[in-house]
Amino acid sequence: MQPIIKIESLSKKYKDAEMYSLNDVSLDINEGQIFGLLGPNGAGKTTLISMLCGLVKPTSGHFTIDGLDYQHQASKIKKIIGVVPQEYALYPTLTARENLHYFGSMYGLKGSDLKDKVIVALDLLGLLKFADKQVQTFSGGMKRRVNLIAGILHNPKVLFLDEPTVGVDVQSRNAIIDYLKELNQNGTTIIYTSHHLAEAEDFCDTIAILDQGQIYAQETPSILIESVKDARNLEDVFISLTGKALRDDI
Amino acid sequence: MIYKIRMSVVKEFLLLKRDLGGLIILFVMPLVLVIAVTIIQDSTFKTVSNSKIQILLVDKDQGSVSKTVFENLEKSSYFTVVTQIDHKAVTEEIARENVYRGKFQLAIVIPENLSSDLQTKVEQNVEKIVSNLGLTDSISTAEPQRIIKEKEVKLYFDPAVQMSFKNAVMSSIDKMISQIETKSIYSTFQKQLGEETINFEQKNFITFKEIIPRINNKEVLPNSVQHNVPAWTLFAIFFIVIPLSINIVKEKTQGTFVRLRTNPVSNLVVIIGKTITYSIICMIQFYMMVAVAVFLFPSIGLPSLNIEGHFILTSVVALFSGFAAIGYGILLGTVASTQEQSAPFGATSVIILAAIGGVWVPVFAMPKIMQYIAKSSPMNWGLEAFYDVLLRNSSFVEIIPQISLLFLFFIITTAIALFYDKKKRTV
Repeated sequence: MQPIIKIESLSKKYKDAEMYSLNDVSLDINEGQIFGLLGPNGAGKTTLISMLCGLVKPTSGHFTIDGLDYQHQASKIKKIIGVVPQEYALYPTLTARENLHYFGSMYGLKGSDLKDKVIVALDLLGLLKFADKQVQTFSGGMKRRVNLIAGILHNPKVLFLDEPTVGVDVQSRNAIIDYLKELNQNGTTIIYTSHHLAEAEDFCDTIAILDQGQIYAQETPSILIESVKDARNLEDVFISLTGKALRDDI
Repeated sequence: MIYKIRMSVVKEFLLLKRDLGGLIILFVMPLVLVIAVTIIQDSTFKTVSNSKIQILLVDKDQGSVSKTVFENLEKSSYFTVVTQIDHKAVTEEIARENVYRGKFQLAIVIPENLSSDLQTKVEQNVEKIVSNLGLTDSISTAEPQRIIKEKEVKLYFDPAVQMSFKNAVMSSIDKMISQIETKSIYSTFQKQLGEETINFEQKNFITFKEIIPRINNKEVLPNSVQHNVPAWTLFAIFFIVIPLSINIVKEKTQGTFVRLRTNPVSNLVVIIGKTITYSIICMIQFYMMVAVAVFLFPSIGLPSLNIEGHFILTSVVALFSGFAAIGYGILLGTVASTQEQSAPFGATSVIILAAIGGVWVPVFAMPKIMQYIAKSSPMNWGLEAFYDVLLRNSSFVEIIPQISLLFLFFIITTAIALFYDKKKRTV
């Protein structure tokens, strides 16, 4: 399998920060994978995803997405990636349909193609009957689903998900995970971060555990569990690798 | 790109449509402002010109001069003379107390023997001139002349009275006294020459006539509406800074700005979308205010705005003023992190720009240093362009400097915002 994302010695040190948030990380993510990035708070997950999405510039290192170089082909990269941020990145006073039409149009989708894609996605995630309601009236789970659709309308080759199921009920979580699995089966590579380890264990085919800006382990969930003595699940592996100390950071 | 800009404009209009508070700031408040300010300014103008101000007159002279002063003041369209309070003659002490307490705005105290001393002084001077010309032999029998001290007409003003009113009253009284002196000189000459039957022409030889600019062969008399509507329309246009900067800050705090940065769309497209939307809003604001000034003002007793022949040029000025305001709003929204920063700063800075720009006090009346500062205010460029078109009948070529400055301001502020945003990404 070809790596769709190739990361070489990527580092990031924020201005005025004493330590590197990401330190010399190299990683290959293969096409069609569901790749989980797990780690405690401040581990460097969001920094890594932000750099891959073009939100933050690396201090050093290099990466390519689908063979496109981030330094010279950033606008081409943006066309083939989808991003689902952790916060509801939606206009609260616009309806679900209006939000999706707007964000879809920013990818160049237009006319009946855009309208149809919005209807299909809303229907699949059980939101079609609420399509013309303002997003501010939605529950957390409904907002999460609209947030997800806004990132995948253009059928991205690579989808970045930053905690896509945080704060939602079981039903919404199942709907989101099922939809993501379907997307993956249709060829979308997914890079996913979460603090929900059971969900990651079930959803991801490869997991990287990140802490203090470095990758501690990278394997399939089952191999990771087997590799740690007495580990029954991913949570045991996680604690074993990252420790029990609190990671409060300001 | 055009499609993305169009969709951004549609989105901005949808956001505005659902924001009642924003709509009130954008459309209702400017109308309320322009109507209220014009009514107040117009009534102030009428108060000065139409209704009479009561003034106290303390007559210690009891002669012809004080009588003439009294008559002239009564005849004037500005004053009513009060010489008694509670059936008691007004003394200097009573007058001072009443004026300083604000019960009257002005008291005039005419000194003792003003009439007789003036007459004596004039006679002495005339006699000297006539004898020097050899027209009389009175010089040979001249007695030593009595020395007449200069006389002082005292004026007491209410401390709350504005300097402009004070100056206007002082100048008017000064003129009145000069006329009395002149009249007295003429009469004395007549007496000295023994030509009491000849009537000297005592009417003013030099008079004033204000030549009013003619637009389309009609005289257009500047009034409170011609002055106020452009000034307050400009002020309202600049208030667009508040909803626009809030709009940008909201995008940042909602996370939609981050999403847009991950989309294949440049920040420039987003900013162009906002510029088009808010330019349209500026023009709607402008046309609403012009419509109110043309059609509503006459029905509430105000003069109508005369925009005949200037519609296109004033629209151009409004559009470029809108650009300047939008550029400032974009910069403020980009630099501010919260609405608590952008809204109060935006409102206060627009008021400061208006004050500096001459919306309240004309630039020519400002101290020298402030006049230089005023010339750096975009509000001043817009206001001057409006006045050039509406009051000075200027052509498009003549307003090019002002509209170029307004556009340059838009370009510079937007460029700084884009640069700042790019710089911020390289954290």
